[in-house]
Amino acid sequence: MERPERPRANGCGAHGALRNGFVRGPPGTQINNIVHNGGLYKRPFNEAFEETPMLVAVLTYVGYGVLTLFGYLRDFMRQWKIEKCQNATEREEQKDFVPLYQDFENFYNRNLYMRIRDSWNRPICSVPGAKVDMMERVSHDYNWTFTYTGRVIKDIINMGSYNYLGFAQKTGACQEAASKVLSQYGAGVCSTRQEMGNLDKHEELEKLVARFLGVESAMAYGMGFATNSMNIPALVGKGCLILSDELNHASLVLGARLSGATIRIFKHNNMQSLEKLLKDAIVHGQPRTRRPWKKILILVEGIYSMEGSIVRLPEVIALKKKYKSYLYLDEAHSIGALGPSGRGVVDYFGLNPEDVDVMMGTFTKSFGAAGGYIGGKKELIDYLRTYSHSAAYATSMSPPVVEQIITSVKCIMGEDGTTIGRARVQQLAENTRYFRRRLKEMGFIIYGNEDSPVVPLMLYMPAKIGAFGREMLKRNIGVVVVGFPATPIIESRARFCLSAAHTKEMLDTALKEINEVGDLLQLKYSRRRLVPLLDRPFDETTYEETED
Amino acid sequence: MAAAVVGQQWVLVEMVQAFYEAPAYHLILEGILILWIIRLLFSKTYKLQERSDLTLKEKEELIEEWQPEPLVPPVPKDHPALNYNIVSGPPTHIITVNGKECINFASFNFLGLLNNEKVKSAAQASLKKYGVGTCGPRGFYGTFDVHLELEERLAKFMRTEEAIIYSYGFATIASAIPAYSKRGDIVFVDEAACFAIQKGLQASRSNIKLFKHNDMADLERLLKEQETEDQKNPRKARVTRRFIVVEGLYMNTGDICPLPELIKLKYKYKVRIFLEESLSFGVLGAHGRGITEHFGINIDDIDLISANMENSLASIGGFCCGRSFIIDHQRLSGQGYCFSASLPPLLAAAAIEALNIMEDNPDIFQTLRAKCERIHKALQGISGLKVVGESFSPALHLQLKESCGSRENDVKLLKRVVDYCMNSGIALTQARYLEKEEKCLPPPSIRVVVTVEQTEQELDKAASLLKEAAQSVLN
Repeated sequence: MERPERPRANGCGAHGALRNGFVRGPPGTQINNIVHNGGLYKRPFNEAFEETPMLVAVLTYVGYGVLTLFGYLRDFMRQWKIEKCQNATEREEQKDFVPLYQDFENFYNRNLYMRIRDSWNRPICSVPGAKVDMMERVSHDYNWTFTYTGRVIKDIINMGSYNYLGFAQKTGACQEAASKVLSQYGAGVCSTRQEMGNLDKHEELEKLVARFLGVESAMAYGMGFATNSMNIPALVGKGCLILSDELNHASLVLGARLSGATIRIFKHNNMQSLEKLLKDAIVHGQPRTRRPWKKILILVEGIYSMEGSIVRLPEVIALKKKYKSYLYLDEAHSIGALGPSGRGVVDYFGLNPEDVDVMMGTFTKSFGAAGGYIGGKKELIDYLRTYSHSAAYATSMSPPVVEQIITSVKCIMGEDGTTIGRARVQQLAENTRYFRRRLKEMGFIIYGNEDSPVVPLMLYMPAKIGAFGREMLKRNIGVVVVGFPATPIIESRARFCLSAAHTKEMLDTALKEINEVGDLLQLKYSRRRLVPLLDRPFDETTYEETED
Repeated sequence: MAAAVVGQQWVLVEMVQAFYEAPAYHLILEGILILWIIRLLFSKTYKLQERSDLTLKEKEELIEEWQPEPLVPPVPKDHPALNYNIVSGPPTHIITVNGKECINFASFNFLGLLNNEKVKSAAQASLKKYGVGTCGPRGFYGTFDVHLELEERLAKFMRTEEAIIYSYGFATIASAIPAYSKRGDIVFVDEAACFAIQKGLQASRSNIKLFKHNDMADLERLLKEQETEDQKNPRKARVTRRFIVVEGLYMNTGDICPLPELIKLKYKYKVRIFLEESLSFGVLGAHGRGITEHFGINIDDIDLISANMENSLASIGGFCCGRSFIIDHQRLSGQGYCFSASLPPLLAAAAIEALNIMEDNPDIFQTLRAKCERIHKALQGISGLKVVGESFSPALHLQLKESCGSRENDVKLLKRVVDYCMNSGIALTQARYLEKEEKCLPPPSIRVVVTVEQTEQELDKAASLLKEAAQSVLN
């Protein structure tokens, strides 16, 4: 007897194997998300982005429409002086200059962002660990100005800071080592790498980072954002092609723009789209002149921080090898957070680090410091030492920050003689699985990969953005909410960043409160039913979704 | 109602009559046209033909044949910028470079705060309270009370309404310019502007107009030309923003900009001024407030002042200050502010303490200026080298009086001078540039930096050593 036809998702290959994670079957069907694409993946790749329910989408648009109308009304009232204008204004002497901002540019800022502004820029006054102290602030004029009451809200569970391995600490080996280096070296450097700013500490750090990543050589910079925006222009220029993912970070986009190369965008994590662009580029050459491209650079990220998705690295590497292009991997969020030994997305998929031409990452997230690095072959790093904008013009890293990175990398590698690093990496993986599982069971729409410690929870409606942030703060949990323009206009979300420092009790408290707030604000949009799993110990097998 | 129906019927009858009375060719033409329309409606939509009619096999061949360039070209082993000086230990007044102990004339530690005990203990206290990193951008739990305090103190020190801090000096001006100046706006910038400004301008996609270094006549000519352009198209002119970007103390030439004339031009031609004060903050002016204090100009006349905290304040990062109307905009549109982690609190605490020291000891600025004058005088008359820079500028350049043909040879010659000095105990460095990327590449030079910690004997020693080196190498 023939098996009943299961609804096929887009890009389905033979035997029902799914090619990409976008699922468009009718709600209520159980769809298996496991992908084994021709043996490239050694472990299953579970990624899903549930579709926005139609009613929710319509109501969201209606919400934005109402807000826009009110915005026009308030602007009108402000213009006719019926309402007091709280905006700062231009100087009297410069009133006849060309206006610095166009009114329309700031419409969104004045009328939508201002209403819920208290969810962002919350000032804290303690170490940004698993629990944090926040300075209380109130606004008496609907968020136009804030005043600090002087009170401190203590012990808020911190689900917003990028503290994946819990190295944001004020005590411990890292802090002591940094303290020693601070008293010996001072805080600043006052010179660039190529002039007099190359300290022995920097050389030590770079050798260590190269060893950690498994590459020949590495170079470190003072700011993660600047690492991208200053080194991509050094690698590619006019006559080269950059293929960049749809949802790449602003630093990658800026670096690509500053380089002067041609930029083409492929759909998010979609390998067919990437392959088509590669084929077309090589076959047709540069537009109009038809000359062959000098080189092709593919820009991807390890974990995309707004979606929680992980790049399909085995497929990207296979494509890159087939079409002789170069791969630039930005592991800002994935270094330290993925992989059995914490060495990032290459380790997670069990691949060879030499296959990635340029491995870039930041030290801000998993290492509790600041700065960025690039790792790769010795020729690449020598070239960057000579021609990188940062090496020639920007001050080098501060010594205590460098020491913090050295100590934390040694800890993760296990070279400090303890197993703290390994334990933290495992704890983070456990926390991730547990938290994501529980949230899905409750019925929220969660985007992204099962293993990514970045957990986006969909809110959709603009009013719920502000409400969610405030309600969670009332219950002593600090969350991050994001809306337009960081996300598409109807896909606002709350984003949780898990940490190895979160204990199970903290996660349970947080889950309880999220459940309450979810019921209060009606956020449980998901229509896929999940069977609550009995508590079973963490193991490497995948969680199957079974029939109800 | 009946009349309308009758009317309609009447029209129909007329139509049928017209049909019978029309000539044959007319009817045939109409018929053909109608058939053609029906055909177009029902035929398949066709795609534009693929530009190449390549078969699949040909495409695969092309893909096989294509050879990209290597990712990076090889760098020769003796490239001057490849082999860095290794500094063991702190880069303070006495510095150990490549194993040799020297007096530091190369780090921008103008006020000697790098090794200051009070600054270090303030940073230690902050380290014990907050740890090292902030683990997030300013918008997402990365705003610490230290940051807010530093912003307030900087705004108060510079006597402006508001200040905003960045976690990287280079990114400060490179993010500030594109936040205000967009495609279609016009920016008049000095030729000798530093690389960070050039990158900011490139990111902004505005029209850039370079004027000769410190040449106000040239700038006025450009402004007048723009004015005549405006009169041709007044509607466009009403929405095109204009900016002048200058530095207080130029890094590449050691001069200061003629700020009073710029202010006059600002009000005459209605252009806004962005002032980059990385070298002049903490150096010029009676209290170290920069070039506005030096010239006695009202700080509100400058729209935006940007500086980095990596020179006089001996910390890391940068700040912009000005009126709230202008600075607040960067909190949502400054790329280096919104999309990047905030400054580590220990560095912010170090900067606050450094500001305290600057406020409590205003006489160090006078001391620094005296030292600059001293060495400026002492370095005059070296054979083969000329001093470039103002007499009170703490960052001077020594350029070759005559070039020996190519830039490469000049660089090699200057390297020998620098090595001679390093071997005798004075640490110097050549000014490093990215030769292919700079818009107006300055000639090769040796950078001489004066700090408050250098004694008069050391200054004299450095001057005499440079004279010796120039004699032996250049003759």
